[in-house]
Amino acid sequence: MSFDDAYQSLTDHDDDARWAYGTGFSDPLAGVPTALPDGVDGAALAAYCLMIGDDALIMSHRLQQWVTRAPELEDEMALANIGLDLLGQARLLLTRAGEAEGAGRDEDALAYLRDASDFRHVRLVERADADFAHLIARLLVFATWRLALLDRLSASRDPVLAAIGAKGVKEVAYHRDYAAGWTVRLGDGTDLSHQRMQAAVDEVWPLLGELFEPHATELALAGVAVDPSTVRAECDAVFSQVLHAATLDTPAAPPASGVSTTVSAVTGGAVLSEGAVLVPAPTGGAASGDASARLGGRGRDGVHGAELGEILEELQGLARANPGGVW
Amino acid sequence: MAATVTDPELPMVTLAELGILRDVRETDDGVEVTITPTYSGCPAMEAIQADVLTALRRAGYERAHVRTLLAPAWTTDWISAEGKAKLAAAGIAPPGPAPRRGSGPVPLTLGVRDEKIACPRCGEESTERLAAFGATACRELRRCPACREPFEHVKEI
Repeated sequence: MSFDDAYQSLTDHDDDARWAYGTGFSDPLAGVPTALPDGVDGAALAAYCLMIGDDALIMSHRLQQWVTRAPELEDEMALANIGLDLLGQARLLLTRAGEAEGAGRDEDALAYLRDASDFRHVRLVERADADFAHLIARLLVFATWRLALLDRLSASRDPVLAAIGAKGVKEVAYHRDYAAGWTVRLGDGTDLSHQRMQAAVDEVWPLLGELFEPHATELALAGVAVDPSTVRAECDAVFSQVLHAATLDTPAAPPASGVSTTVSAVTGGAVLSEGAVLVPAPTGGAASGDASARLGGRGRDGVHGAELGEILEELQGLARANPGGVW
Repeated sequence: MAATVTDPELPMVTLAELGILRDVRETDDGVEVTITPTYSGCPAMEAIQADVLTALRRAGYERAHVRTLLAPAWTTDWISAEGKAKLAAAGIAPPGPAPRRGSGPVPLTLGVRDEKIACPRCGEESTERLAAFGATACRELRRCPACREPFEHVKEI
């Protein structure tokens, strides 16, 4: 095709052009062998793919909201690129979830047509950012955690998850370096930037507990899924290294007994009144021994803050207003 | 024929030179082209698939399909020597060897990375990174202190 115009190939097709939502995007797993490994329950695998797929999808959406609002053009590019990487991971994982579920749902049905209580991401990714420091604190925690998870996932018995993990490691390593770099720059910067970065870290830290608390679905998929409690030490070491370089104090680690109780204990009624209009947890989604689920607080069980409603309104509005719409 | 299709974002190099095109074979079901994605979210993959099918159709292969290969994950080490030379000629610093990882956690990079990326314009060996994320996921932005020109560099992954 042409050397002169990078986009000519998009317009000189004999037939149709494919370049936007609703114009016939292909299956991101086209041609990838999709058989389930021996002894793996399709419903459990689907539930797990939704968890880590929704983490990527919702974090990507929050990152996209920063485009046109970042401090510099280079950071717009960085945040958009990080969001794009995560969106790509989400597409693969939601497609895999749909296949494993076997009910005919594709990535679009899962992204655009599920209700809030059917989303399985951790609460960390849906939080609205008060300022850039807050985004950086969330991204540092998220990328550090996800990098460790994906690295272990690359040894999964499910070859598709293993491939997604191995590829994602290369991408998320860059995300973590970016967030760590800004954490140090702001923390070890001026008095004001230090103060705001410390405030952001203090605000985000209570959400850590949920990240490392294994869910019944993860425990039921030994060898396929990653038990997040196994990456805690590795993540803590990275947090400590970055916060030390940034001259920031590491907040006390939250107990692993759930998010909502921790948040309310730390910040009192302020957060609850503003962001915790909880949707009911679906019955049967959690093991009976899961303390935080009994207390009504885990994103992994579909319990989310009101912020998710705002995200989904934006994310799903077009698709829901025009079911099956193409152009 | 499929090997001559160029990348939509890096039109100076072909899919074969980039190492994206992994295999082409004739099967009972028509021509099967295997490609591997560069980054999980790379939007060019859709255009690449369409371009490959269009090229094959123009060459008379009506029955063709594209197969995605996720593992092993794409690495910049698969870019051919000719591909790297073409990138450099177009002012884009080609990637060096991809980082090798031993066992254990992925190492964190804090501060300035210790890397030598030569300026594709004047050849100055020591250049500085302006931004880790460039116009596409696979490129970063750098600056040459000698000729003062900014340039892009394909990141090693």
